[in-house]
Formats: sequence, structure tokens, C-alpha cells
Amino acid sequence: MTLRAVLVPLAALVIFGLLWELLVWANGWPNYKMASPSDLWPAFWKFRWLFLEYGWDTLWRTVVGLLVAVIFGVGLGMIMGFSRLMRDALYPLLVGFNAIPKATVVPIIALLFVGQHDMNTILIAFLISFFPIAVSVSIGLSTLEPEYRDILRSLGASNLTIFWKIALPKTLPEFFGALKVAVTLAFIGTNLMEIVEPHGRGLGHLFDSGKISADYPLMFAVLIALALMGILLYYVVVALEKIFAGWAERSPT
Amino acid sequence: MTNLIEIKGVRHAYKTQDGPLPVLDGLDVSVPEGGFVAVVGPSGCGKSTLTRLIAGLMKPDEGEVRLHGDLVKGPKSTVGMAFQNPVLLEWRTILKNVMLPLEIVPNRLSAREKEDRARELLALVGLEGFEEKRPSELSGGMRQRASLCRAIVHKPEVLILDEPFGALDAFTREDLWQTMLKVKEREPFTGVLITHDLRESIFLADQVVVLSGRPARTQYVMDVHLGAERTLDDLYTPETAEALNTLRHQIQIAQGRAPEVAA
Ligand SMILES: Nc1ncnc2c1ncn2[C@@H]1O[C@H](COP(=O)(O)OP(=O)(O)O)[C@@H](O)[C@H]1O
Ligand SMILES: [Mg+2]
Repeated sequence: MTLRAVLVPLAALVIFGLLWELLVWANGWPNYKMASPSDLWPAFWKFRWLFLEYGWDTLWRTVVGLLVAVIFGVGLGMIMGFSRLMRDALYPLLVGFNAIPKATVVPIIALLFVGQHDMNTILIAFLISFFPIAVSVSIGLSTLEPEYRDILRSLGASNLTIFWKIALPKTLPEFFGALKVAVTLAFIGTNLMEIVEPHGRGLGHLFDSGKISADYPLMFAVLIALALMGILLYYVVVALEKIFAGWAERSPT
Repeated sequence: MTNLIEIKGVRHAYKTQDGPLPVLDGLDVSVPEGGFVAVVGPSGCGKSTLTRLIAGLMKPDEGEVRLHGDLVKGPKSTVGMAFQNPVLLEWRTILKNVMLPLEIVPNRLSAREKEDRARELLALVGLEGFEEKRPSELSGGMRQRASLCRAIVHKPEVLILDEPFGALDAFTREDLWQTMLKVKEREPFTGVLITHDLRESIFLADQVVVLSGRPARTQYVMDVHLGAERTLDDLYTPETAEALNTLRHQIQIAQGRAPEVAA
């Protein structure tokens, strides 16, 4: 299984690259029209230190934004999950907020806190990604069958014990499902802000510099770097899910 | 001899959006120490409410629920419960599921002793070799066995069973009845069994209480004619047939229908 699992996607990747190269070569497109895969590596190599530095910026901002979203989202989800009143009060508000296209929030935040690059980027990553977490936790908690609670309550367990022993672990599969969505959203948020903010940092900014100087190979190299980072982030979440909620995977019967 | 469980004149109404819903209306049930009472009645008449009162999960509007003569004021760890839904924790092994109450109820057992206790019970109900399996890997009947172990692992005085075998097929159910008798012999408890299976009530209990339709009161009480030693064959004797018939008529009355005249 393992060898096949590596070789098949790799072969697909190589074929994709070759077709792309062929397309550019056959049409005779110059570099300012369309970059070809063979141009990417030189572009990448030329800016390798910037890639490292800005890649790190993008990565840690995304992760911090996501962590804030997890803390806030879980807290909000708990409040809505345990209290019917709070659920009725907050849910419409939350849905309304989530309905706003976040791209419109980006310039607002960027203007509100001019120059605070790190904070602005983290803020957007957080704002864009906490919603699925809050909703999943609240649904997980509010749909806990009453018998689960009764089993522990009849033994004299406190609400805190019930939360730790049952409510929290039972919600973990929903939580990780939401986290997989949230990590992608946070990543989008980070890049949106980095592209929009002038004099910023991060891969988004590098992308924007490429655009300004019409350096197509650089722009495409950034895209590839972003794709790799996105994959990395996603699979870190998948690995965490395996560790903490692996029991929820249906064993084939 | 005083009764371990004493329920007198209990009335209770749930507050709902359409006003109060009277559920219990003058309920009397008493169970002597070591006794096993089955409660039958039309669906929705308030049987589960009764179990929640005994477990101290809620208080009645009126009347008294006493254990050992003391008014029940809140949950007591001397009670064990099992439901139709086995509510096992999917992320724990069967062994760890059974050990759960020992993590909550204050006790002096060492980790080793807790595990031994759980293993002993699992062996008693025929789940030896399944200790490390997850609930999702077990059949419905096996899950119910594990749920039963969890209900008695902390040696509760009172065991409350709310339609525990209701979702099982007839053969599995009969297996579990026999397991239940074996458990009762090895792990003495005072039991309340809610059921809608009249044969089950006769096979397991020494007294059957029929509740009226909602709001429920005690409509009929029958002492079971079978002794401590019981086999499934005892369910096919003329005496049992007569007892079943009597119960069936009482249920029909409880449902608000005139009893059919027996041929
Ligand atoms: N928490 C509750 N709030 C309002 N009504 C309830 C509640 N629990 C049960 N009921 C209602 O009370 C009645 C009796 O419920 P229950 O004791 O569960 O009946 P049974 O177990 O005999 O089927 C039912 O009509 C049910 O809908
Ligand atoms: Mg019920």
C-alpha cells in the first residue's frame, strides 16, 4: 500500500507538470504572460531567503490566528451548547456575522490598525475561522443524549466532571471536522491580509511584489509554496485528529 | 422489616409549553431489601420519570421517595442505572467503560483492584476476552451486558433498569434474562425493572406493579409465583399463563380499554 500511495500521486504530479510545460512551450507564451514549471525553480532559488523568512511569517500568523479561533470558538460553543437561552440569542448574530464576505472585512481591519501587520493578519485569520468551530462544539454539546448525563449525574458527578469525561471527548470528532475547515479558512485569511496590506510581510506580500513587478515566475512559485504549506497545515490537523479522535473512525466490518 | 425503597403518594407534573403535564398521580411502590420489582404500564405513562425520582435526578412535586427510610434529596452513589440505550463511551474500551463509576464514586480501591473488579464482572456476564474491544465492535446484546456491568461495578444497593432489553431480539433477550438472574445471585442488589415485556417481568421479578395510563398511579400489584430457582421452562406452565393473562388484562385497563373476556 505504502509504495503505491506515494507513487501514484507523484506520477500524477509529474504528468501535470509536463502538460503545463508543454502548454506554455506549444503556445510560445513569454514569461510575462504565463510561467512554466521550469521557470519556477530559478524564481524560487533567487528569492530563497525571502521565501523562508516570509513563509515563516505566514505560517506562524496562521497558526496563532487558528489557536485564538479554537479558544474563542470552543468557549462560545460551550456557552451555546449548554445554555438554550444563549443559543437562541447568539446563533442569529453569529450566522449574520458569518454571512459577511470576509474579503470586505480585510480592508476595514487594515485601515483600523494601520501598520499593525502581525495583529491585523492574526485578527483576520481568527475572524474567518472561528465560526465552524463554535457551531460544531455547540451542536456536539447540545445533542448529547440525556442518558449520558444521567449515568454520571446519578453517581453524583459534578457538571465539570460530566464535561471532561463525556461532553468534551464526545464532541472531539465534530470539533476536528470543523478544524479541518477552519485551518483552510485561517490560511486564506492570512494571505488576503498579507496581499492587501502595503509594506507588509509574508508570502502574500511576496505574491503582491511579484504582481507589481509583473514577475510571473515569482507569483507562481509563491502559489506552489502556499499550496505546500496548506497541505502541511491540513495534515497536521489530520494527524491530531487521528491521535485524539481516532476512535470515531468506523472500523471496516 | 422496613422497605429499602419506599415511594408514597408521589405526584409530579412536568412544566411544558402547553402548561403542566401531570405524569404521576398518587404512586405507591415499595421494594424490600433484596427484592426485585418490575414496573409495567402503557408507554408514556411515567415509568422513566419514576426511575429518575428513585435515582435522585429530580424531586417530586408531592409525596415521598425514601431509601432506607431517608428522603431522597439528590443523586446518591448507592444507585446504579442501565437504560435501553447502553450509552457506552465510544472512545473507551469495554473495560474502561465498566470502570467509569469507580472514577467518580469515592472509594479506596487501587487502580489494580478497580480493574480486577471490572474484569470479574465482565467474566460473570460472559464478556471475557472482550475487555479491550471498543463498544462499536460489540453486538447489541454484548453492549447491554457491558452496560449492566457498569451499573453494578460500584456495588450499588439499588439497581434501576429502564427497559434494558427493549431493543434486543427475542433470543438475545432470553439469554440476558438468564445472565440477569446469575448476576442477581452473585451480586445482590435491590432492583427496579421497567419493562414492557410481561414475560420478562414474571421471569425476573418477585413482584410486578402495573401502572395506570398517564398520569400514573399504582393500579395493580402482583406477587410472582416463581421461586428463586427459575428456568425458561417456568414460563410455559399453566400458572404462568394465568399470571400473564391477569397482567395483560390489567394493561388493557390501564390503556383505557375494557379487558377482552378470556375464552
Ligand atoms: N423533561 C420532560 N419535560 C416535559 N415532559 C416530559 C419530560 N420527560 C418526560 N416527559 C413526558 O412525560 C411523560 C412520561 O414520560 P416517561 O416517564 O419517560 O414515560 P415512560 O418511560 O413511561 O414511557 C411522557 O408523555 C413524556 O413526553
Ligand atoms: Mg421510558
